[in-house]
Amino acid sequence: MTAHAGVPAVATSGGRVARDEVPRSAANRRFRRRWLRKLVLRFLVVLLVLVEVVPLLWLLSSSLKKEVEFSSRSVWALPESFHWQSYTAAWTTGQLGTYLRNSVIAVFPSLALIIVLSVAAGFALEVMRWRGRSFVLLIFLSGFMIPAQMILLPLFTIYYKAHLLNNLLSLIITYTAYGLPLSVFLMAGFYKAVPREMLEAAAIDGASIYRTFWQISLPMIRNAILTIALVQFFFLWNDLLFSLTFISSNKLRTVQTGLLNFVGQYGQTSWGPTFAAICITVFPTLAIYLVLNQKVMKGLTGGAVKG
Amino acid sequence: MDRVLGDRRAILLFVAPALLIYSLVLLVPIGWSIGYSFFHGSILGGFKPAGFSNYTKLVHDAAFWHATSITVKYAVLVTVGQVVMGLLLAMLYVFHLKKSSALIRTLVFFPVVMPTVAVAQLFVKVFQIAPQNGLVNALLQGVGMGSSTRDWLSQPNAALVILVVMDIWRAMGFYAVLLYAGLVDIPEEVLESARLDGATGWKLSRRIVLPLMTPIIISAAIFSINGTLKVFDSVLALTNGGPGSTTTPLTLYMYNTSFTYGDYGYGSTIAMALTILCLVVTVAIFRGARKDVRA
Repeated sequence: MTAHAGVPAVATSGGRVARDEVPRSAANRRFRRRWLRKLVLRFLVVLLVLVEVVPLLWLLSSSLKKEVEFSSRSVWALPESFHWQSYTAAWTTGQLGTYLRNSVIAVFPSLALIIVLSVAAGFALEVMRWRGRSFVLLIFLSGFMIPAQMILLPLFTIYYKAHLLNNLLSLIITYTAYGLPLSVFLMAGFYKAVPREMLEAAAIDGASIYRTFWQISLPMIRNAILTIALVQFFFLWNDLLFSLTFISSNKLRTVQTGLLNFVGQYGQTSWGPTFAAICITVFPTLAIYLVLNQKVMKGLTGGAVKG
Repeated sequence: MDRVLGDRRAILLFVAPALLIYSLVLLVPIGWSIGYSFFHGSILGGFKPAGFSNYTKLVHDAAFWHATSITVKYAVLVTVGQVVMGLLLAMLYVFHLKKSSALIRTLVFFPVVMPTVAVAQLFVKVFQIAPQNGLVNALLQGVGMGSSTRDWLSQPNAALVILVVMDIWRAMGFYAVLLYAGLVDIPEEVLESARLDGATGWKLSRRIVLPLMTPIIISAAIFSINGTLKVFDSVLALTNGGPGSTTTPLTLYMYNTSFTYGDYGYGSTIAMALTILCLVVTVAIFRGARKDVRA
């Protein structure tokens, strides 16, 4: 056993000796292998960049082409000139402007409601002391896994009876509720960062619970609010299922169903406006992403791990 | 302190609005859907009690099993693809690109923030053949393989592959950043001492990096499979379930059953099956992971 254990040690020391006086060719080989590895990796990085960038550049350049250019020139050709008419066509004939407005009307009130409700609920669930709070947190948590298909038909029935189909209010109600589980859960987590001592000091100084909430806790989770707003924005802005189910009037469609409707009508024949329409739907999220790059990445992925 | 933080009226005021909306719009409809699964009919035509007939129909419904197999096939392929690509990218960021990875990370994350419908429409165009060639067919023609150009999305197998590739492309940047965060959390000393012991490349990844990353890989996999089992947007916008029903997953089958054929009862039964599938798979991953960590 001891002899056995000794063998590798000898071998390594032997190897070390040998390595000290490596023949040139071996060193060369090692150098070449490392160089080759670097080359392969660099090639992979270039490939990765191409895979990401080429479709997007193609999208952008195609949105600026005249209709004849698609049939007369190569797919790879850059547009002959900036042909903005496709954008005007998508915006007016394609009603992308209306769809964007509807999305804004549906998404932003929902966001505000989600924030207000989850800031308050998270405070009660994490900071305050009461029996049953872990149970309530569990109830919120159980909402994660439920597929939207499980609530779709009853909601459709309710909105039908309440004459809320083809009304953006139905989307606001649904979005708010559907965004709550994750937001409440994340918010409760963020309140853990508020130091207990500060809350105690406030209580000793005679601050009411509302003041403690408003003046001490709230300012400390301002970042968390932005994070949750971002996560939910991307989530709600991209909703297709609810909007498809509850809205059928063309004037009230949101961006996603609107784009789908647009390509259904013009997609086969008018390539320019189709590409322009895709670009228009991409721009708002792109703008937010480019401004808040790190925040978006951290926020979206952070939400996943904790969820 | 306890008097202030235990103020019952305040607790009610803080938590009740959220709980109320959540219960009315989510919890009550869940129970309601379960109820629907014991009826035939729809809101427009009225409901008739059905007993367990929807469930017996489900068991013998070939279309249901077909949709289930599509859902499972898609979910397994995409989840494995997303996590593996995410892991490879994260390792590329940390070990190869190091400090200069910020730009690439930003770039690869870009499709994550693009609306699904927009990405799907872009892919439709990339694979189109008529009236003009899209990128792929033009590329094939360009390299002298003009005979292989075809209408890719009308071929059952190709359509599913494109769907899988699209959703991996769309989300891999997300999983890369997620796993990147776990990877940079591994202390440099651990990696350094492993390197001193002679572990490099593949060995270092398999023996040191992967075991340390297991918890975060599991969370990534659970998050991913929970999304992929519920795939709807990308299917609807890319293929609308076609050609035929070869790319129709459970979600779309449920949607068509309910709204095209007006059968709320059977639609709810399919939704139940999907919910159970999600629960079973998540629990299975949890269980399997715990055994894995113990061993």
